[in-house]
Amino acid sequence: MRDISAQEITNVVEKLCVEACSQLPQQMANALKQAEKDEPSPVGRDILAQLVKNADIAANEDVPICQDTGLAVVFADIGQDVHIVGGDFTEAVNKGVHNGYVNGYLRKSSVAEPLFERKNTGDNTPAIIHIRIVPGDKINIRLAPKGAGSENKSRLTMLVPADGVEGVRKAILDAVVAAGPNSCPPMVVGVGIGGNMEMACLLAKRAAARDVGTQNPDQRYAAFEKDLLDMINKTGIGPQGLGGVTTAVAVNVEWAPTHIASLPVAVNINCHAARHAEATI
Amino acid sequence: MSQAKHIRAPFDEETAKSLKAGDRVLISGTILAARDAAHKKMVETLDKGEKLPVDLEGQVVYYVGPSPAKPGHVIGSAGPTTSGRMDAYAPRLMACGLKGMIGKGYRKKEVVDAMEKYGVPYMAAVGGAGALIARTIKKYTVLAWPELGPEALAEMEVEDFPAVVVIDCEGNDYYEAGQKPYRKI
Repeated sequence: MRDISAQEITNVVEKLCVEACSQLPQQMANALKQAEKDEPSPVGRDILAQLVKNADIAANEDVPICQDTGLAVVFADIGQDVHIVGGDFTEAVNKGVHNGYVNGYLRKSSVAEPLFERKNTGDNTPAIIHIRIVPGDKINIRLAPKGAGSENKSRLTMLVPADGVEGVRKAILDAVVAAGPNSCPPMVVGVGIGGNMEMACLLAKRAAARDVGTQNPDQRYAAFEKDLLDMINKTGIGPQGLGGVTTAVAVNVEWAPTHIASLPVAVNINCHAARHAEATI
Repeated sequence: MSQAKHIRAPFDEETAKSLKAGDRVLISGTILAARDAAHKKMVETLDKGEKLPVDLEGQVVYYVGPSPAKPGHVIGSAGPTTSGRMDAYAPRLMACGLKGMIGKGYRKKEVVDAMEKYGVPYMAAVGGAGALIARTIKKYTVLAWPELGPEALAEMEVEDFPAVVVIDCEGNDYYEAGQKPYRKI
C-alpha cells in the first residue's frame, strides 16, 4: 500500500482547475491555428484568429479562456494499492475545487438545487466525480471543466440494432445541427456508442474530454471518427455558426458492449475551449 | 469581408435599422450586462407594475456573466452566453425601449417577430473569446441585484467591442445566409 494524503489531492485539484481554465490544450491551439489557414470563409477565419489571440491572452495573463468556467468534472483513476490518509477523497477533491475557483478568480456556476431555489453554492462545489478503481498505487486525475453552452446541447438517442451505422450517423448529425452556434463551434464532438443509457452518456463525456488528435484504438472506429468529422464539416455551420468548413476539429468516439436489443448513442459536445488538465499522484 | 461599422451605444431607431445581417460592428459607449437571473428579475419587476432599475430606452443589452476580476483588472473573462435562454423575456424588454441585444446562438421566432416590430437588431460576439473581449470593457458597474454575483444587472463602458449582426430589424438571418454557401449535405 502507498499512502497519499488528502491534502495532496486537494492541492493537485486546485492547480488543475486553474490550469484547465486558462491554458488551452496545445493540440487544440494547434488545431485552431491550422483551421485559420484552411478555412475558406473570411468571417470564419476572422473568428478563428480571434480565438487564437484569446487563448494567448488567457495563457499569458492567467485569466479564464471563457467566463463559463463550468462545473468541475473529475475523472479519477484510483490505484487499488493506494491508501488515502488524513481525510476522505470526495472532500479532498471538493476542497481543491473550492480553492481553485475562489483563489483562481474563476466563475462560480454551481447551484445547490436545480428546480426551486437555484442558490449558488459560492465556490463551484460540488465537483462531478467519476471514479474507477484500477491496478497500481497511483491516482490519476483528469479534470475537465465543462461550460453549459455546449453541455445543454447534449443528446441521448436509444436506437435499435436495425438502425445500424446510418442511424448512428444521423443521430450524431441531428445533435450537431441542433447545437449549431449555441455550442461555440469549432467544437469537439464526444460520442458514446453502446453500453446502456448511463454508460453511453459517460462514454460520450470521456470522449469529449479526450485530446484532439487522438484516435480510437479500434481501426473501424478510428475510420468512423474521420467519416463523422467529414460529415459534420459539410454542414456549413462553421466557426460560431456564421458559416464555413470548420464546424468541428475532432470527433472522438468511445464504445462499449451493449444489449442484444440496444444501440444507445450519446453525444456530448465540447466547445472550442475543450478544457482539460491531468496529473498523476 | 466588409469593413467594420463603428457605432455608439445607446442608439436610436435610425442606427438600429442601419445595421444589416452580416455587418461587423465595433461598439463604443455604454451597454447593459444581464443574463438569466437579471432578466427574470426585470420581468418580475414589470409584472408588479414597478419601475426598472434602469431606463431601457435605446439601450443595448449584452448577455454575459463575467468571471471575477483579478486585482488590477476591470473585469474577468467576459464572453457572450447563449441568447436562447433569454428568449422568454426579450420581447417584453423590447416593448420597454430596448434597442439592441448581444449574445450568441439562435433565437426563437417570437423574438425575431418582436425584433421586426420594435426595430431591434441582434448581434453575436465570439463565444469563448472572453479574455479578448474583456480588453474592450473599460468599466463595469453593478446597477441592481448585486446578490446575483455574475448574474447582477450591470452597466459596461466599452470601446470597440466586436460583434457581428446576425439578425437585423427586417428579420434577415446571417446564421442562415452565412452557412448556406458551405452546406454540402
